[in-house]
Amino acid sequence: MVENVATTDIVKTADGIPLKISLAKAQRRSKIRGMMLVLPLFAFILLTFFVPIFDMLLRSVENHLVPDVLEHTTRELVNWDDRSGELPPEEVFAAAKLDFEKGHSERTILRVGRRLNYEVPGFASLFRKTARRAKNFESPYKEAFIERDKRWGEIDTWRLIKREAGAFTMSYYFSALDLEYSPEGNVNFKDKDSRIYLKLFWRTLSLSALITLLCLTLAYPIAYLLSTLPLRISNLLMILVLLPFWTSLLVRTTSWIALLQQEGVINDLLVGLGLITDDGRLAMIHNAMGTVVAMTHILLPFMVLPLYSVMKTIPPSYMRAAKNLGATPTVAFIRVYFPNTVSGIGAGSILVFIISIGYYITPALVGGTDGTLISNFIAYHMSSSLNWGLAASLGVLLLILVLMLYYLYDRVVGIDNMKFS
Amino acid sequence: MSDSAFVQFSEVQKSYDGETLVVKNLNLNIGRGEFVTMLGPSGSGKTTCLMMLAGFETATHGEIYLDGNGINNVAPHKRDIGMVFQNYALFPHMTVAENIAFPLEVRKTYSKTDIQERVVKALEMVKLPEFGTRRPAQLSGGQQQRVALARSLVFEPKLVLLDEPLGALDKNLREEMQYELKHIHENLGLTMVFVTHDQSEALTMSDRIAVFDDGIIQQIDTPSELYEKPQNAFVAYFIGENNRFTGIVKSEKNGQCSVELDNGQGVVIANNINTKGVEKPTTLSLRPERVCLNPEVGSLPNIFNAKVEELIYLGDHIRSRVSIAGNDEFIVKIPNSNLHDQLSEGQNVSLGWSAEDCRALDA
Repeated sequence: MVENVATTDIVKTADGIPLKISLAKAQRRSKIRGMMLVLPLFAFILLTFFVPIFDMLLRSVENHLVPDVLEHTTRELVNWDDRSGELPPEEVFAAAKLDFEKGHSERTILRVGRRLNYEVPGFASLFRKTARRAKNFESPYKEAFIERDKRWGEIDTWRLIKREAGAFTMSYYFSALDLEYSPEGNVNFKDKDSRIYLKLFWRTLSLSALITLLCLTLAYPIAYLLSTLPLRISNLLMILVLLPFWTSLLVRTTSWIALLQQEGVINDLLVGLGLITDDGRLAMIHNAMGTVVAMTHILLPFMVLPLYSVMKTIPPSYMRAAKNLGATPTVAFIRVYFPNTVSGIGAGSILVFIISIGYYITPALVGGTDGTLISNFIAYHMSSSLNWGLAASLGVLLLILVLMLYYLYDRVVGIDNMKFS
Repeated sequence: MSDSAFVQFSEVQKSYDGETLVVKNLNLNIGRGEFVTMLGPSGSGKTTCLMMLAGFETATHGEIYLDGNGINNVAPHKRDIGMVFQNYALFPHMTVAENIAFPLEVRKTYSKTDIQERVVKALEMVKLPEFGTRRPAQLSGGQQQRVALARSLVFEPKLVLLDEPLGALDKNLREEMQYELKHIHENLGLTMVFVTHDQSEALTMSDRIAVFDDGIIQQIDTPSELYEKPQNAFVAYFIGENNRFTGIVKSEKNGQCSVELDNGQGVVIANNINTKGVEKPTTLSLRPERVCLNPEVGSLPNIFNAKVEELIYLGDHIRSRVSIAGNDEFIVKIPNSNLHDQLSEGQNVSLGWSAEDCRALDA
């Protein structure tokens, strides 16, 4: 058997079965047992996390309402060339009459109106107005429609219906990216002034970057102090760092309102000290500054902990060695200490940045108008405007953004280098 | 201060907590080109002394001179002292070559090509010419040790400090490195201060050894003097193996004294080194290899009957534990040769030693 092992490429056990198969067989039981332990969590995550996310992804492109309700119209519109410069033929109007009549009795036509209203304002009222009288329309239907509302005589109206006739649509993504169709059917960015979401994405990214930077600046010295102090004292200080974790998020946010508002503690103090006049009280909350201050405070522990855990592993002898070899304390810090903390900086920054990109409650409470982030608009479209498709597409874009950043981080720093406490 | 001293500790005291002194009134002169070892148990203050010399700790009292200049107020990075740390302290994010180039780069007085040449030379000196591009984590303990040594020597410091640099190596490698260190010391003519708690390491390498205990240098001497002529009970106990008796000095004469053992088992004539006078307690120290087996009656001043308790075969010699004069921890080393009788456990023998080899020290 020894010669056999030496002469063949595949290593075999004594009974001639390849070693890999034998090994897999020997380990199968313990592998299955291990999988069983993970199964409940796996099922839980699948049901409560991945399935809803997948459902959300679908909602951002799904468009069944229009082809379902305008069943006949959409079928007839296939034959109409929207670039011909002419209105659709009479058959389309006849089909539309059928759909409107049916949709009115089933009370579904107004939903289509609301749906198309996302694309072009005014469609909800157009559909409501038309549906009420549709069953009284007489042939020729084209004239009947146009008589009811002259918008039916505009080619753009029919272009829109034809465009949204498919079972899937990109229009939610277009609105989420501030894109629009030009009359010629091309896709362009909207005018600078009417761009909402690009500005919002930019604001979300820049505020998150600012919060991350502030967290890093504040957390680095704290983490250094924690890692160099004797254990007894550093444990006590660590409790102070973790204390915010044990306090309700709402309490922390509202206490910032009490501190920063116009009649709040800080303004009172500044007025009392004569630094500002009573009329010149500073607006520090319900704006971007409120969001940045409160979120920096809330996310600080997420930066301190990874930094601390990395700094804890750097022996004090590194700095001593650097100084002994002739480096001034500054040079020793820059060339020896700092490079060894990069993995902690990366881990803390990506953690804080990703959390703040998707942060909702604090900007909602203290953000005012210019301190709200993308997640607040997602929530708005989910609960107020009920435009779930747009909410979903904004969510998907946010997810893609985070994944891209994650990939970028992995390429630059390496996920394996990430150290959490 | 004396002119000959390259490094001088003058009445140095050090306290960390303001209550106890870790280093008590240290006076130590180290000559140029000397290899001095600070030897002592942990907590004896030897590492603290080294840290004060390197500038990482400040002396609470007293002055440290380097080449005639007081260095108490000189920052560590301006002292030009090379140091090898206990765990090497190689920078993990730099390659071996970058590590070695570091002290040259931060000095800003070397040109790029000069740095490269010196790094190559340093790597050759520690016999690792191929390893420049590796990271410290890819090296074995012994290789890391050599890199740390090269890094501490590359900027040609006047003084090199070594803080238990061989502690993490296995036995064979440690011995090899001891010789290499010694050779580098001789070839470069450097002054080296070495800290260790391993006495065999200290004995092999040093010109002089300072034995530390309790914040005080107990004795500073050459290895042979230290071994042959310990000045007090601690040094005798700490360096090498040692048989001990305690007793009371009864009389002193011609540098010798007679000591009555505490357990009343007899009187020993000993070499009076460091006793406090007649009727004062003393510790007698006797090296196991200086004990004579079955001497002729009258040939030695101290002859006692003993019983063999235990024999341990060690190849070149046999270590036997005997009970003698009420002491059953007495060790005798018997060379493994035909000239000696074979002993067996439980056997009664007589043991003798000269007064010269038995040293009467402090209590």
